[in-house]
Amino acid sequence: MRPETVIIVGAGPAGIRAAMVLAEHGIRPVVLDEAPMSGGQIFRRQPQGFTRSYAKLYGYEARRAEALHTAFDALGPRIDYRPGALVWNVEGRRLQVLRDGVNETLAFDRLLFATGAMDRVIPFPGWTTPGVYTLGGAQVALKHQACAIGRRVVFFGSSPLLPLVALQYAAAGVAVAGVFDTTPRRAKIAALPGVLAGGTTGLKGLSYLARLALKGIRYHHGITPVAAIGDRTVTGFAYLDAGGRQHETACDAVAFGYGIKSEWQLADLAGCRFAFDADTHQWRVETDAEGRSSVEGIYLAGDGARIAGADVAAETGERAARAILADTGGPDQGAALSTIARRLARHAGLRQAIDRAFPFPAHLAREIPDDCILCRCEAVRAGEFRAAIAALGPDEVNRAKAFSRVGMGRCQGRVCGPAAAEILATELGRPVSEAGRLRSQPPVKPIPIAAFQESKGDAA
Amino acid sequence: MFRRRAQSDPGLPPVSIRFEGRTIAATGGETLAAALLAAGEEVFRASPVSGAPRGPFCLMGACFECLVEIDGMPGQQACMTIVRDGMDIRRDRIVEGEE
Repeated sequence: MRPETVIIVGAGPAGIRAAMVLAEHGIRPVVLDEAPMSGGQIFRRQPQGFTRSYAKLYGYEARRAEALHTAFDALGPRIDYRPGALVWNVEGRRLQVLRDGVNETLAFDRLLFATGAMDRVIPFPGWTTPGVYTLGGAQVALKHQACAIGRRVVFFGSSPLLPLVALQYAAAGVAVAGVFDTTPRRAKIAALPGVLAGGTTGLKGLSYLARLALKGIRYHHGITPVAAIGDRTVTGFAYLDAGGRQHETACDAVAFGYGIKSEWQLADLAGCRFAFDADTHQWRVETDAEGRSSVEGIYLAGDGARIAGADVAAETGERAARAILADTGGPDQGAALSTIARRLARHAGLRQAIDRAFPFPAHLAREIPDDCILCRCEAVRAGEFRAAIAALGPDEVNRAKAFSRVGMGRCQGRVCGPAAAEILATELGRPVSEAGRLRSQPPVKPIPIAAFQESKGDAA
Repeated sequence: MFRRRAQSDPGLPPVSIRFEGRTIAATGGETLAAALLAAGEEVFRASPVSGAPRGPFCLMGACFECLVEIDGMPGQQACMTIVRDGMDIRRDRIVEGEE
């Protein structure tokens, strides 16, 4: 049997664990990662030369982060690691990869997408003002760049990142103007038993709230964002409290988000089948119990497959690697796979409780004011989108995009897509799962035309 | 306003870049987005459609709001670019229909 070429896309917790398992079994995977440093978003490494300690950078997660980075470094030549590599298309059994300004075509036999996730947002008035960031972006600034997004920061949304990032900022000595959760207090209380049953991970989450309180930072429940105030930069945040009264708090930066969403554009181009995941309220790539997609030879792991956090990502990374070993005639993986399944089952209850404690507030998307920018790239307002729907009658999101330009810009709807789908579903009087899914287009991220003047690879 | 939390590591080389003709001191290893933001530059470009000021939003390479022109090459993601000494940066001036 000729040796198979296995490519892993993504070097976060899922991709790294998968690479480790494959390397242990004598397979030397190609690991392509868009970032210049391994670790993914959650365990993003500090730039070369920065010498902050793991404890300082990752807090509670220090040991896991260090273990991950050490394990990855120990792989050395046993993997073919290529950082700074943007995979921008999948055509049959070939990837188009842009690296250092040069395009390359890479053939594969097996492909694992460990492409991670990005922040999910809902537009609100003023959200395009410089100084408004995603929660994940605020965390990247702090962890990766040792920078704070502001001197006095408002954090809001509905996301497990909300208390965590606010606490990380407070611990770094930044003034936190307040933490504003859109989820009503009663939903938090209802989720509490599940969080408590989640063992140390659940307790750790609750401890963030306690530590915020100890630092005198108020955690507001059931708020509705009204606007980020300011013209060229943010000067305040206006919101309605749970009782519907409007308030304004001064700040020079805002971070917000509503959980995270899978980055699955490449799996879409590869032709993988999708399903709507009701728990996380988003589309995801369908996989079997071991991470195989509907396309033979293509596998998924981590948050790019289903949002569940770093611990689960590492487990599903190992699971997909073992599925690849089993599918390529390697030794039986039954015992190892059942161990992973048991460990994942322990995470499942807590994950459900977290999804309930931080639900996606679809009503905020439906209620975006008409004069609020919906699509940042194309600067289309929510009212213009609604008018296009009313006038032209699209029955799913791709037609709505063609009629309105919403989701047609550089980000391909990554940012505005979830909210646009909610608005369309509302206008159609259907659940959002029946409003369609924005199709991905190559290149999945913009690439310079100049890249093609210098091309290499087996099919170029 | 964005700001650095830590003093520069002694082992990191100081780097000098230019933004719209203004010289900015940065630290080797940091991203161009962080360097510009920490220097007080929050507006990276104007929306090519509306002309409204825009700056970095996701800081992880997904939203394309931090695009700048680096050494004459437009449309570069400042959050995914590590600063290099002597970089000459301008606000991105791509307008709709020119791409």
